[in-house]
Amino acid sequence: MVTAMAAAAAALWIAPYAWMVLTSLKTLPEIVQRPTALLPEHFDVGAYREVVESIPVARYMATTIAMAVLIATLQIALALPAGYALAKLRFVGKKTAFGLVLACLLVPAQVTFVPVFLMLAKVGLVNTMAALVLPFAVSALGIFLVRQALVSVPDEIIEAARLDGASEATIIYRILAPHLMPTLVSLFLVSFVFHYNDYFWPLVMTTDDTVRTLPLGVALLREQGTGVRWHIVMAANVILSVPVLALFALAQKQLVRAVGGR
Amino acid sequence: MKPRARWHPWAMLGPSLALLVVFFVVPVVLAAYQSLFAWDMLTPPEAVGADNYRALMARGELWRIVGRTLGFSAMVVVGAMSLGLALAILLNRRGRFFAFVRGAVFSAYVVSWVAVALLWTWMLDPDGGIVAALFRGVGLPRVGFLTDTRFVLPALAAVTVWKITGYAMIVFLSGLQSVPPQLLEAAALDGAGPFARFRYVTWPLLRPTAAFVATTSLIVSFQAFDVVRIMTQGGPANATTLFVYAIYEQVFLNLSVGKASALTVVFFVVLFALATAQLRAWRARGSGAS
Repeated sequence: MVTAMAAAAAALWIAPYAWMVLTSLKTLPEIVQRPTALLPEHFDVGAYREVVESIPVARYMATTIAMAVLIATLQIALALPAGYALAKLRFVGKKTAFGLVLACLLVPAQVTFVPVFLMLAKVGLVNTMAALVLPFAVSALGIFLVRQALVSVPDEIIEAARLDGASEATIIYRILAPHLMPTLVSLFLVSFVFHYNDYFWPLVMTTDDTVRTLPLGVALLREQGTGVRWHIVMAANVILSVPVLALFALAQKQLVRAVGGR
Repeated sequence: MKPRARWHPWAMLGPSLALLVVFFVVPVVLAAYQSLFAWDMLTPPEAVGADNYRALMARGELWRIVGRTLGFSAMVVVGAMSLGLALAILLNRRGRFFAFVRGAVFSAYVVSWVAVALLWTWMLDPDGGIVAALFRGVGLPRVGFLTDTRFVLPALAAVTVWKITGYAMIVFLSGLQSVPPQLLEAAALDGAGPFARFRYVTWPLLRPTAAFVATTSLIVSFQAFDVVRIMTQGGPANATTLFVYAIYEQVFLNLSVGKASALTVVFFVVLFALATAQLRAWRARGSGAS
């Protein structure tokens, strides 16, 4: 009974993926004549060829991955020193600084996009990598989580390093960062996946093809009138989903831990 | 600890604080300011006081957007929470099979909204879609899931539930695993059946987790945009013009920065109220990431 219900749940989530893949392997006449036939007559990769011919998949993919890696890396590089100052150092204005970080946790991109778009348009940064990366270079959540993780690292480690003459930068990046590895890996993965998938920000910050990301390219493929040619859209969908699903298969534990909070 | 030099903390925080101010604080202030102007991004802005707000109120548009978005959120929260909790209870078992099912359900949370929205647009297609074929198979009438004003919002909510239920399930699983097994054993020894054990032991301990899931999924659904933009563009007859899509429409289709900003301000106020509730639930839940 339990097994049957679990199998039904698995089917409810896996069947749509299976349908996506099966559709992508069909040909146009099949889609038109018998769209709900379970299996394609023969497995045809023509739809994938058409995707590659209609949009520069490799370039979009490279842009998307470069953007997501840049964002995730910057977030960690900036969160480490900021989290260190907030967790370990005593100074005037600390409460205010921490309050500012917490306040920014409450402000999502959906609130800031109109003014940020206008600001970036004014300085001519629309349609640049900077417009995609800079607004996310710092993550209030990242700073908060690094701070929380650092609070439980004993001060003695830092005192010993200082006596050894290590600079603050060395202490932060060489000595403390390894202690935070699980937190940093989670942060990186969650941030990478979020920004690889992100549709909203690249949509509002780009008006042309220069730094178009893959999710945007795939959505545009549909908008530009594929009509009933769903096999092409599904092929593009497969190309878009495979990297994150592969990453998920490889790093399921870390991703689940980051979300489940354990 | 004492910093080695007085400027050290500010050097460490400086870049982060500067970026937060530029990309979070300034935009919020700017949105509030621009909401008092009429501006089409071509001609110079013109101060109009509260006219943008008045215009949004006058035709009842604002309340329709707020109501529609909250209605959508309610469907998503109820759906994702009940399904997520049911799946967490069902799949909170050892073994590779259950681990696989957990992974399958959670995978939808990892895949792009674009892929999910396009996939479901195709599956819900009234002619070629597989869901329509299933409906025909059991003798149900043809339904325009994305073209009929009665069904379109529940359809978008269902797709959103499919996408985020894995998240709710994972959080509930971590909550379930922190329920001490001794308590459940003691209750079982006292003669409590599975439902009584859930009702009087598990659920009270799970309440903070449930509050956390409720507020996070409420906020995620309140910010919904991708499913709307890709599946319906706000239609038919504005039946799916949710809050963020309405802002997007004002600025990029109507070129009205003032009205978009006024909508943004209202959106932020409502969201702020919801997010404050989230932070409270988060604190109640204790430590934990993301």
